[in-house]
Amino acid sequence: MAYTENELAKDLQNQEYKFGFVTNIEADQAPKGLNEDIIRFISAKKNEPEWLLEYRLNAFKTWLQMTEPEWAHVHYEKPNFQDIIYYSAPKQKKKYESWDDVEPELKETMKKLGISMDEQQRLTGTNVAVDFVMDSVSVATSFKAKLNELGIIFCSFSDAVQEHPELVKKYMGTVVPHTDNFYAALNSAVFTDGSFCYIPKGVRCPMELSTYFRINEGGTGQFERTLVVADEGAYVSYLEGCTAPQRDENQLHAAVVELIALDNAEIKYSTVQNWYPGDAEGKGGVFNFVTKRGLCEKNAKISWTQVETGSAVTWKYPSCILKGENSIGEFYSVAVTNNYQQADTGTKMIHLGKNTKSTIISKGISAGKSHNSYRGLVQIHKNAANARNFSQCDSLLMGDTCGAHTFPYIECKNSSAKIEHEATTSKIGEDQIFYCLQRGISEEKAISLIVNGYCKEVLNQLPMEFAVEAQKLLAISLEGSVG
Amino acid sequence: MEETKKFHERITTDGYTLVLPQGLRKKSFEILNETAFPTTKTEAWKYTRTTRISNGTFQLVKPEINSVSDYLIEGLQGNVLVFVNGFYQAELSIIKDTKGLLVSPLTETTQEWINAHSNQQVQLEGEVFNALNTAFTTDGVSIEIAKNAIIKEPIQLIYVTTGTAVLSSVRNIIVANENSDATIVMGYYGERADSNFTNVVTEIKVKQNASLSIHKIQHENNTNFHINTETVSQDRDSRFSLSTSTFSGAIVRNNVYVHVDGENAETNLYGLYLTDEKQLVDNHTVIDHKVPNCNSNELYKGVLDGQSTGVFNGKVFVREQAQKINAFQSNGNVLLSDNASMNSKPELEIYADDVKCSHGSTTGQIDEEAIFYLRARGISEKSAKSLMINGFVGEVVEQISNEIIREHITKLMAKKLGYSFE
Amino acid sequence: MIKIDNLHTSINGKEILKGLNLEVKAGEVHAIMGPNGAGKSTLASVLAGREEYEITDGNVTFDGKDLLELSTEDRAREGLFLAFQYPVEIPGVSNVNFLRTALNEKREYLGQDPISAKDFMQMVRDKSKIVELDSKLANRSVNEGFSGGEKKRNEIFQMAMLEPKLAILDETDSGLDIDALRIVATGVTKLKSEDNATIVITHYQRLLDYIVPDYVHVLYNGRIVKTGPKELALELEEKGYDWIKAEFGE
Repeated sequence: MAYTENELAKDLQNQEYKFGFVTNIEADQAPKGLNEDIIRFISAKKNEPEWLLEYRLNAFKTWLQMTEPEWAHVHYEKPNFQDIIYYSAPKQKKKYESWDDVEPELKETMKKLGISMDEQQRLTGTNVAVDFVMDSVSVATSFKAKLNELGIIFCSFSDAVQEHPELVKKYMGTVVPHTDNFYAALNSAVFTDGSFCYIPKGVRCPMELSTYFRINEGGTGQFERTLVVADEGAYVSYLEGCTAPQRDENQLHAAVVELIALDNAEIKYSTVQNWYPGDAEGKGGVFNFVTKRGLCEKNAKISWTQVETGSAVTWKYPSCILKGENSIGEFYSVAVTNNYQQADTGTKMIHLGKNTKSTIISKGISAGKSHNSYRGLVQIHKNAANARNFSQCDSLLMGDTCGAHTFPYIECKNSSAKIEHEATTSKIGEDQIFYCLQRGISEEKAISLIVNGYCKEVLNQLPMEFAVEAQKLLAISLEGSVG
Repeated sequence: MEETKKFHERITTDGYTLVLPQGLRKKSFEILNETAFPTTKTEAWKYTRTTRISNGTFQLVKPEINSVSDYLIEGLQGNVLVFVNGFYQAELSIIKDTKGLLVSPLTETTQEWINAHSNQQVQLEGEVFNALNTAFTTDGVSIEIAKNAIIKEPIQLIYVTTGTAVLSSVRNIIVANENSDATIVMGYYGERADSNFTNVVTEIKVKQNASLSIHKIQHENNTNFHINTETVSQDRDSRFSLSTSTFSGAIVRNNVYVHVDGENAETNLYGLYLTDEKQLVDNHTVIDHKVPNCNSNELYKGVLDGQSTGVFNGKVFVREQAQKINAFQSNGNVLLSDNASMNSKPELEIYADDVKCSHGSTTGQIDEEAIFYLRARGISEKSAKSLMINGFVGEVVEQISNEIIREHITKLMAKKLGYSFE
Repeated sequence: MIKIDNLHTSINGKEILKGLNLEVKAGEVHAIMGPNGAGKSTLASVLAGREEYEITDGNVTFDGKDLLELSTEDRAREGLFLAFQYPVEIPGVSNVNFLRTALNEKREYLGQDPISAKDFMQMVRDKSKIVELDSKLANRSVNEGFSGGEKKRNEIFQMAMLEPKLAILDETDSGLDIDALRIVATGVTKLKSEDNATIVITHYQRLLDYIVPDYVHVLYNGRIVKTGPKELALELEEKGYDWIKAEFGE
């Protein structure tokens, strides 16, 4: 794996949260608080059709009946939902027709994030189409024309509502209904933007599709929605990156991601999540409460890969509903927590169809005073004959003030199923560190090597550019955690 | 809660003596009045519905039975105490004068001893079944093994439930003093029993460098409900082993809480469950490592047939101070029927960093290829399956060090699975 | 090259080395032999900088520097190499990545530019021949799934890559069959030069058939009690350590 030592060394010098800058653009905001009027304001602002407003209002009514879930192994002060700004768009002078129209400040933001929207440059370099979402609003999407030729739709969720309402209406909420859970209901009521992607029958998307999410405004929540539909026999690899500026207060991020893989389709969804984790004293940081779920029809495959290093509190279980026969679900995860971070994350593999297979590889790393929990459900339904699952959940502990927890739920209702679950918890080996030291490798570098080695099975699932970024993130996140 | 209040008010006690201290009982009633029965929304009861118990009307009944010869383990020479429906049966019991051993029913134990040793670690708040037990206990055993005493012959405790809709409420208190060594077999059986409810709490204290093995056999009828809670505390250098073999029962729930309070202690929990019909067997274990340098080992295996359901929820806590812990947990299951189901939840909650913990869980079916191989050698399909199952759960039985007890459980297993090598 | 003067060390309050003296000059090979528990591996660990050991007295100078003042990694970067008795497995970290990191950190320490990928790979190919190591092993995770012999060969391969001034081989021959022993020993001999030195810690004389020492030292009860030419090793093999124990026992 390409692993540039010098770059890593340079990054290691920068202990502070690397992406903690605020972009200065006058924002177009909704007033604080949540009620039907705010929802109508968001919907009107986005010029939405009546059915979508209805959907939002329904979700809002459902949400009012629900209580915040408390079963996760996380402790935090519950957000005051009336103290959040639910809509904050970077103020647009006009709609962006091309990259040249984007304000210099915004371009600068992207540059700092390492995102290039310059298609010429991208063409000569790597092959990634990018959609950039800042404070809930999609700012720019690259490579649109090229994708259009293949009939691939890749645009902001708002544009999809305007331009492809039939597709949105057909699939939205079919995998994650608005009644699913507290945060999904909230998102369904107030979501502002996100990405939409549709790959037509038999088309193999020739490039990685990528969305970068960024929370910028203070006191705002980010409620984006992503919908990826791979029609029969289609293939797409989708990347998602997340960052937020340093702020003392907690920011709320409650997203919904729905993936639909129709017969013989394949979706690979990779996330590198680096929301602001709060400072070393546990002040500030993003609350990341996300519902991600995919539906597999016959022979379809959905693969989730995630590298989670950010957020103060994470509550996230990317899942697969293996409905069709022979469908496959995969979950590869690295979750790192340091300082006062808390993560309760894992997956659900719901086996409904015959001969369905799932694989779960989860690597948790806890340092500082953090708590890292794996929570996973493997459910084999009565008709899922010959279902197979293999799960491996390893936890690595660094320091004696952190916690690593494993809560697997295994439910089997079919006798021909085969389920295997293994978990280990161990500390970083002193022997391993000494061995590295004796070869002249510094302790920080040794830990970085060992940790990257430990996570290799997951990092190998990521596309190249992301893998390098993820490795650097791991090193930065664990900086100074063993002493 | 109204439901719980009504439930306990329906229990007819018929003027029998209830043995636990008055104050504790009063507190238990107060708790019952404000605590609801667990539902499947209660995380610890996610897979086990208790409505068939909470909707029932139970009574305390003191019957007579003539013999327990069917339940005695042949070859064991030690003390035998028999309880029927939670009442001590002196004439069926064999009390021998054993040096270093105090053993008697609670009803014949001094109030001082009971006061000193009861409810040391039994959680009452929020725990309906523990509170019920404390409120309604009619009898149970008190065992104290003296310092340095080695009790060679295992103590047999036989609990029989008989009649219809009978509540047996049993409290056992076991104290193993310093450097002592003992083995106890607790057998739960049903005789012409229908829809009875057995609710047991056993309190166990294993003191410094003591060694205690307990083997539990659960063999009541398939219409009976059985809730069994053990709270164990272990001092330093102590060794504690518990095996639970479950053969019958409509709902069987075992709660095992082990508090490892002293360093260098060893804890072994073993379980096997063979279920069929509509049985539900739920094993919940918690091993709480509070201090460093301890080992715990947990092995539960089950074979589920018919429309039965199995639940395993094993939790290992390693507290912040508890460095150098080795904790292993394993749960294996075989489903024999398409209508059987298994829910397994092995959990690790770890707050110390220098530990070696692992858990594994498997659910599958018997290897068809192996069955075919055996059949090709002339073994009937039924025998082939039994052989394979025996091999699968045999790993658990092998952990029982007393040969006579091991043989006895092996026989019960063979009987349940319908084969014999004799 | 290295001068050990009156070295006393203890672990958990128990004294292991009790005034050890040893000087090794460039170009020399020294063998240290002794019965179990004499302190042989302790010496290797202390020189490499294992923190469990407490230095209670004495000095060690390495190439003019106070070795005991240096951190483990700086000792390595200064050119001290320990071939571990039990090489450690590091899952997921390839041998190549591991060595490139080690090599570049050393070069950075010495104020040199990092080695180019091309030169590095050429070096891997060249050096792996010395110990007849399958170049595929270079791409596998460090020592993971290696046989005992492969692990020891990998240690010598790393030694070849890092080109140390002083190599300490801690029981490198234990657990090796005769072929592996030959390969390892030949590798060590090939790496020998006028500018470097080797300390061979061993139990068995047979290794010294391949790596011919200039001096043989007997370590017993935390001290070097006898020093002689290579023939001393043969004598020890023949007579065992009882006479040493009788002569120097407490």
